[in-house]
Amino acid sequence: MTESLIGALFVFVLASFTGFEVINKVPPTLHTPLMSGANAISGISVIGALIVAGDRSWNLSIILGLLAVVLATINVVGGFLVTDRMLQMFKKKEA
Amino acid sequence: MSEFLPTGIQVAYLVAASLFIIGLKKLGSPATARNGNLLASVGMLLAVVATLLDRQVLNYEMILAGIAIGSLIGAIAAQKVAMTAMPQMVGLFNGLGGAASALVAIAEYWRLLGNASAIAPDSNISIILSVFIGGVTFTGSMIAFAKLQGIMSGAPIKFPFQQTLNILLLVGFGIASVYLLVSVPNPTVFLGIIGLSLVLGVLFVIPIGGGDMPVVVSLLNSLSGVAASAAGFVVMNNVLIISGALVGASGLILTQIMCKAMNRTLPSVLFSGFGTAEGTA
Repeated sequence: MTESLIGALFVFVLASFTGFEVINKVPPTLHTPLMSGANAISGISVIGALIVAGDRSWNLSIILGLLAVVLATINVVGGFLVTDRMLQMFKKKEA
Repeated sequence: MSEFLPTGIQVAYLVAASLFIIGLKKLGSPATARNGNLLASVGMLLAVVATLLDRQVLNYEMILAGIAIGSLIGAIAAQKVAMTAMPQMVGLFNGLGGAASALVAIAEYWRLLGNASAIAPDSNISIILSVFIGGVTFTGSMIAFAKLQGIMSGAPIKFPFQQTLNILLLVGFGIASVYLLVSVPNPTVFLGIIGLSLVLGVLFVIPIGGGDMPVVVSLLNSLSGVAASAAGFVVMNNVLIISGALVGASGLILTQIMCKAMNRTLPSVLFSGFGTAEGTA
């Protein structure tokens, strides 16, 4: 267990550095779409929700897990669609 | 719990995580932004499908119903929202994501309680962190949404001894967390830390003026990434840890860029409501 925790910490720290490096010099018009896109990615908690809701039994854990599935899916689907709508408008403006 | 996923699913997670990184990178430049958003959404779809193929996920009917309901609500909301209302919409979605991360941790805590044995300290710490960050993100984002949408006045809300109250609640949270770590699992104390997290999220955002809300939404977005990452530690899942950390870090950088664009510093945005009352809205 401890070994897997250390492995997970390595992954966490390296991914954080990647996140710091991946964003640079964003034009102000892209601030909101970028925020929205990143927000949709943070809806990845849907994976955690799927895992905890996975058991085929009825108890509080499963109910909470299913609720998390619904909320995270709203975050993911809404997030990506809203980002695309913003970027679409952005493109039209340019043309 | 999913440490021994079959290799294929792990490879799918790796591809998904890579797509998120490429997608974020592309979202930062006008010519490639739309493509980047598409790549990130493909990564998400891949991760979800791979997880559903996992042998541990058995509860298909209910889960698919949940995904259908969530997709429908998300799609309708995304279609209906006015272009001028985008920041609060992002805030709202963000809050739901934070709530989901907290719920994952709460559900896992409940499952471990049912197993009746003591909860390992590392799981316990991950669960407490996930509940805290997720809870603060949830209520904080809801307040930001309410302020931007005009449901609530955009003016900073301040009252006497606000900072003292915040510190007391944080200390209370710390004591309750340590208690959960050293003693036997206790559902009442656990409910207490859920409640404290939710209250702290509200108190964090109410003293900040409406004009600064977009920056706050961006910061909360970064927090919801950290919450997802913490949930990843709870269920020991790499794709959650990577994506969450990615959003946490990039969101923080973006928050700073946004502050700079407004000629502000992050501390001045966050604490203007406490100390010197600057007119911001």
